[in-house]
Amino acid sequence: MTDRRSGAQVAEKPKTAFWNDRDVRAVLFQILIVLGVLAAGWYLVHNTLTNLESRKIATGFSFMEREAGFSIGESLVPYSAADTYARAIWAGIINTLVISVIGIFLATILGTVVGIARLSTNWLVARIASIYVEVLRNTPLLLQLFFWYALVSEALPGVREAIRIIPDYVFLSQKGLRIPHIVANDIHGWMFALFLGGFAATLFWRRAAAKHQEATGKLRPLFWPTVGFLFGPAALVWLFAGAPLELIKPVLRGFDFQGGGTFSPEMIALLVGLVTYTSTFIAENVRAGILSVSKGQWEAARALGLPNNRSLRLIILPQALRVIIPPMTSQYLNLTKNSSLAVAIGYPDLVSILNTTINQTGQGIEGVALIMAAYLTVSLSISGFMNWYNKRIALVER
Amino acid sequence: MTPQRQARREQLAAAPINIEVSHVHKWYGEFHVLRDVNLAVSKGERIVICGPSGSGKSTLIRCINRLEEHQKGNIIVDGTELTNDVKNIEVIRREVGMVFQSFNLFPHLTVLENCTLAPIWVKKLPKKEAEAIAMKYLERVRIPDQALKYPGQLSGGQQQRVAIARSLCMSPKIMLFDEPTSALDPEMVKEVLDVMISLAEDGMTMLCVTHEMGFAKSVADRVIFMDRGEIIEQNVPDEFFNNPQSERTKLFLSQILNH
Repeated sequence: MTDRRSGAQVAEKPKTAFWNDRDVRAVLFQILIVLGVLAAGWYLVHNTLTNLESRKIATGFSFMEREAGFSIGESLVPYSAADTYARAIWAGIINTLVISVIGIFLATILGTVVGIARLSTNWLVARIASIYVEVLRNTPLLLQLFFWYALVSEALPGVREAIRIIPDYVFLSQKGLRIPHIVANDIHGWMFALFLGGFAATLFWRRAAAKHQEATGKLRPLFWPTVGFLFGPAALVWLFAGAPLELIKPVLRGFDFQGGGTFSPEMIALLVGLVTYTSTFIAENVRAGILSVSKGQWEAARALGLPNNRSLRLIILPQALRVIIPPMTSQYLNLTKNSSLAVAIGYPDLVSILNTTINQTGQGIEGVALIMAAYLTVSLSISGFMNWYNKRIALVER
Repeated sequence: MTPQRQARREQLAAAPINIEVSHVHKWYGEFHVLRDVNLAVSKGERIVICGPSGSGKSTLIRCINRLEEHQKGNIIVDGTELTNDVKNIEVIRREVGMVFQSFNLFPHLTVLENCTLAPIWVKKLPKKEAEAIAMKYLERVRIPDQALKYPGQLSGGQQQRVAIARSLCMSPKIMLFDEPTSALDPEMVKEVLDVMISLAEDGMTMLCVTHEMGFAKSVADRVIFMDRGEIIEQNVPDEFFNNPQSERTKLFLSQILNH
């Protein structure tokens, strides 16, 4: 007789009843579980279909091609009420993604700063950071969103008395933040190309600097050359072209500004709310990560004569990141999913638009399925990327 | 006193003073951890510091490379006084190597990278040169074959030997050892002590906090006994072990020597 796993010849086992055999049981239980899940699924689907049919409710996604007939407050993709539901939903997905990406970016920066500030030896800085964290993470996000929305739409002055952040160009009022648009100019294409070229040059410079250090031990400056390469050539070309800059200023006409771009009150409130709320959790992650690196690591680095900033960058942060990344992933997912609270303050995100769609078409199951599919896609992408990054920096143990 | 001892004594007396600690006090809050400590260490001298836990012996050697700050008195290391001047502190830390009880290797770097990090970033050596130096010292502590492994893959004794090599890569003039064998399994103590003995034979100035009395007897030029933040007694090993003067020293020796 051969063993199933190793293929080795083993002595004949004493007979047992087949239902007591471990291997048989393992297979049997798995078959039972699969059958159970299939049966439950079939029951639910069948039941739903029968009920929908008896109430004469249409199923399927054919509604996506019909005209939506409702307008959307703000959208990055061109959209009008005459467009299809599919396009409306697409606009919603883009809005959700915009909020998530900007939110994650800002929350990471703010959270890191606050987390490090909480560890500061400066009493005042540490105290202010901990009050910020404790107040914001211990109140419900929905409440905070109402608060920020009320603040933007009630406490800010009306359009006529708008705060002139940059007089004539940038205005802040109840109707949101108004910024000028830059009129397209031929030179912009060149500037953009030079910026990309500068980016490549920066990478090249950094590689060369690392090689130079490897070969001679000498450090080359990195910060100012980077700034120079990125913006220098583009700025020079712009200056030589006579510094062409034509702006469409927002101008007050009647009840609102005309021209220029807008950040709506809803978007501002949602962004501020999500960023500040999530940043408190990120701050705690960062703090925990840095604290998780033992004091001995600092001491060893200092004893070798490394200055504090180098110790932090070469020794402490690489180890802290391993502790910070996994909970950071959760916070990124939370921010993305929490952006669905936009529906409460009227920012047209995916959930808000699909809510309207469901109300108009009555196809709740398809609508909710779309919401779930969209969030699942985004969330799984984020966590997939973060897991990959986490694995890349994992510690090698025996 | 044997003739070798006598010769060694004269040699040290002629050597310049490398570390000078005078009237040093330190408090942790209310706790007075160092009380008026005075100590002069000659170049090439090997000193073992012992004493019960909480006696301030670790704190004393950690003050010498400014991992701890003293509040009163002066510490002069290799001609430079330790003050709040950050540049001075960095200069001194370059001259003084330290080995910790818990190794404190950098777990995210390989053994080789652990050893080349400071030469590359502090001494600004080319990578090749730093690696050559690192391999030289890894050979010296007899683990060149582990150079590409991570600290987590090594035994305690091997890790401590890497830590010693890491310090040596900065070619320090003085080595501080803070209970280097206390966290090791008994069978690994010897391999670390062997490395330390060979360092001593090469004339390194060493301050070593340890309870390895065999090491103290065979290697130390002077044994210092501390208790409650004070230096109670110091003497050459023979005298220290065979003819202790104070009651506290006798009590301590009876506790650690007679199980």
